[in-house]
Amino acid sequence: MTAAVEASVVTPERIETPAWQSLRRFAADRFSMAAGIVVLIFVLMAILAPWFAPQDPYETDLLRRLQPPAWMEGGEWSYVLGCDALGRDILSRIIYGTRISITIGLAVVLIATVIGTVLGLAAGYLRGWVDIAISRVIDILLGFPYLIFAIALMAMMGPGLQNIILALVYKEWVVPARVVRGEVLAAREMEYVEAARAVGAPRLHIMFREILPNILSSVIVVSTIRMAHVIILEASLSFLGIGVQPPTASWGSMVADGRAFILDAWWVSTFPGIAILALVLSINVASQGLRDAFDPKFSD
Amino acid sequence: MKPLALISRITQLVPVLLGVSVIVFVMMALTPGDPVEIMLADQQATPEQVQAMRHDMGLDRPALERFGIFLSNALTGDFGLSFFHRRPVFDVIAERLPATIELTLAALLLALAISIPLGVVAAVKKNGVVDRLAAIGSLFGTSLPGFWFGIILIILFAVQFKLLPVSGRLDFGCEVPPVTHLMTVDSLLRGRPSCFADALSHLILPALTLSLPMAAVLTRVQRSAMLEVLRSDYIVFAEAKGISRRRILWRHALKNALVPTVTVAAIETGSLLGGNMVVETVFGWPGLGRLVVESIFVRNYPLVQAAVLLYAVTYVLLNFFADVLYTTLNPRVRL
Amino acid sequence: MHSTRSSATDMSAPLLSVRSLKTCFPTRAGLVTAVDGVDLDVYPGECLGIVGESGSGKSVTFASVIGLVRSPGYVAEGSIRFGGVDLRRLDSNGWRRLRGRDIAMTMQDALTALNPALTVAEQIEEVLLAHAEDLPKRGRQAAVRERAIEMLRLVGIPAPAKRIDDYPHQFSGGMRQRIMIAIALSCRPKLLIADEPTTALDVTIQAQVLDLISDLRRELGMSVVLITHDLGVVAEHTDRVAVMYAGQVVEAGPTRELIDRPKHPYTRGLIGLIPRLSDLDAPIRPIEGQVPELIGLGGICRFYDRCEFRASKCRTDISMIDVGPDHRARCIRVEEILQ
Repeated sequence: MTAAVEASVVTPERIETPAWQSLRRFAADRFSMAAGIVVLIFVLMAILAPWFAPQDPYETDLLRRLQPPAWMEGGEWSYVLGCDALGRDILSRIIYGTRISITIGLAVVLIATVIGTVLGLAAGYLRGWVDIAISRVIDILLGFPYLIFAIALMAMMGPGLQNIILALVYKEWVVPARVVRGEVLAAREMEYVEAARAVGAPRLHIMFREILPNILSSVIVVSTIRMAHVIILEASLSFLGIGVQPPTASWGSMVADGRAFILDAWWVSTFPGIAILALVLSINVASQGLRDAFDPKFSD
Repeated sequence: MKPLALISRITQLVPVLLGVSVIVFVMMALTPGDPVEIMLADQQATPEQVQAMRHDMGLDRPALERFGIFLSNALTGDFGLSFFHRRPVFDVIAERLPATIELTLAALLLALAISIPLGVVAAVKKNGVVDRLAAIGSLFGTSLPGFWFGIILIILFAVQFKLLPVSGRLDFGCEVPPVTHLMTVDSLLRGRPSCFADALSHLILPALTLSLPMAAVLTRVQRSAMLEVLRSDYIVFAEAKGISRRRILWRHALKNALVPTVTVAAIETGSLLGGNMVVETVFGWPGLGRLVVESIFVRNYPLVQAAVLLYAVTYVLLNFFADVLYTTLNPRVRL
Repeated sequence: MHSTRSSATDMSAPLLSVRSLKTCFPTRAGLVTAVDGVDLDVYPGECLGIVGESGSGKSVTFASVIGLVRSPGYVAEGSIRFGGVDLRRLDSNGWRRLRGRDIAMTMQDALTALNPALTVAEQIEEVLLAHAEDLPKRGRQAAVRERAIEMLRLVGIPAPAKRIDDYPHQFSGGMRQRIMIAIALSCRPKLLIADEPTTALDVTIQAQVLDLISDLRRELGMSVVLITHDLGVVAEHTDRVAVMYAGQVVEAGPTRELIDRPKHPYTRGLIGLIPRLSDLDAPIRPIEGQVPELIGLGGICRFYDRCEFRASKCRTDISMIDVGPDHRARCIRVEEILQ
């Protein structure tokens, strides 16, 4: 990441806000930038799935059952990555599956970040019984392994898109809440907060207008890293069969579909998994770049 | 850790464990479907019989009382009846537990064996080839979906090269009288090398799959801990003593740099518990994780409830253990 | 206590001889020359004091001598000769044999210099195992342990046989400092580099530790380099002293001579900082200003910005000139200032 170092030595010609400087540092880091672009392509693919997909992802055709990828014997180029056990085009299903992963990843992280930030701010700034109550709940939720908690909730609520989002949010909010609480505890002692307190600014004003803008960058950085995690969790739930239900195309359930055919049709499981890996890897790289750009003290 | 600090730390565990069991209880109480109706589904039960059964199970009592009964039963290991197996939940779980423990321990050992040397070398030769490879490797390790990676390993090593078995824990014909119920250990204890080889060949792929995300995290922890230690005064002082470089790295530096790694390893072992469900399902490993997933589909809720509680309690205790470990290993924070 | 070195000068060659030493650190802002043309001699059996503010290059000079300049710093120029050996040509094995056995070092804070995870026994014994050649083949471990206990006794650790298996954090600050000295001296080195040995200690314990070093120096017949920012310590414990400023030696001479008749304006400023019994009422005048950034210096006296005697002719590179018996200073206005 030498590029990032060089960029920070250059003296800016105009006066720039720290956030803008961070974004410039990010743009200068080509590796992370490329990963960011890959993530954007996935997002576009999710939105424009009908235009990207060469076939109808739900159209079954038993004549094409387990048809191999184009470059293998018996493959054809209009079904590049081959077909699954019901003769559905794998590439088209992967493209539609992007919608599930991105929707759930975004929705869970967004909702959890909003809830977590508000509760973290309250706990860190108000202290007292509010802090005790929130911290206790956090402690208890931390007592469950993530996937097991989600599985138990899914067992309770039954499958479905909304339920997956709910099941993950129930625990996910703890992550931003802890980060925010920690940052707020540190910020409380800062001069700008004491100054605001000294002039008698109302609590809500201090929490949301003074402290929040100052800790927002750490919240954003943490949220992007968590996106990757949530996407893998959703895929795992769908793989186990307690997430997104058929016939909806989800990467996790597509991998599960292929399990029965690993002896003679490896492509059914392989390609959806590569899609998960590509998206999660890009998010991880991009968020690492974001973290370095926003908070250079973390990188070494 | 002094006894007093230990006691106060233990008392902090109580509300967390209590909270965890409340959540497990509430979760299962809110589960749709009356357990009695599920149990009596295949029998023509009269409303009176249903009522009698509800009464027997205590389902007609107030929630708080039911929680009290649930808690006191749980404390004595009574988790009710697994109506799918027609046996006590406790027995069913106890039967499956050793397989999960074996897999988890193997994954833990594997993760440590990969990450400690890798992290040390990456830190010592910072920005070198090993460091870069380790960085890429740990990025992949955290990004790989375990269920998919497991399948790829099966396709490669079991289907293509036919080196390792596709699934299961042991081939038929290898009956080893149990000692610890861990197949690899038992086969060695009973002097059955061929069974050991068989058990190991079944264990290696699932353990590798399970260990990878953990190894990725631990490599990073080990590397940054080592980098920090190498910057410290006592390393300079050790070098001024004219002792060998090897001794400085593996004795002076590593003994300090292991503290965070071991602590994080204890915490991460908890996350292996979750990974178990996926990996056991992929590899047909006859452990608790797979049992839970199967139980969800047959609505065997008492078992799910007991297993989730067991996982959570183990997880909390592991975190507590990590805490104690950190303070004991690190003389400077010793209370 | 104030043995004069004049007799030694005539009779023996220096044990350590540093010439035109230059040590650099590449940084983002440019190449920092932390040590820039330092000449120093340490004679057998003497105690040389090195005085200067932090950032004057006094610690880096001796990190260069023992080959432990922290990465990415490096020795760029000059010669370092120790007992006739050119240290700059040593390979890593040569360094390893030299360190701990011939040249030993103590650091500022024993709390961070001692490994928190290893017992005191292990930390002393490993030096002995690495260097002591006269150990018996049989019962080597026992002999080493005995010698380690003996070292602890020598530096004044009470009940050393019992406490040797304790960890560093179980000792008090002063005791830890003594343990560090015991480790450094366990192989009877010819030269001890004591880097700020008392800065981290309480005033009462400072004197004990310094007396201990002086006593051991006489007892073991070694030379000591005492690095400090405290001229009071120098006055009491050293034979000769070199004052460093901004990577250079600005004044050097016999301790008594230098303290009684300081020549360089910087030294005079430092001495103004010593509260002496004789002139307790005299106002203490701190030197104003800061050490200059050590990047691209040259063409001007380094003390120029802070000097109350600066003149236009100081705008040039200044070299050391003789200002008294065995006494040199880096100032071209010495004669005028003394008027």
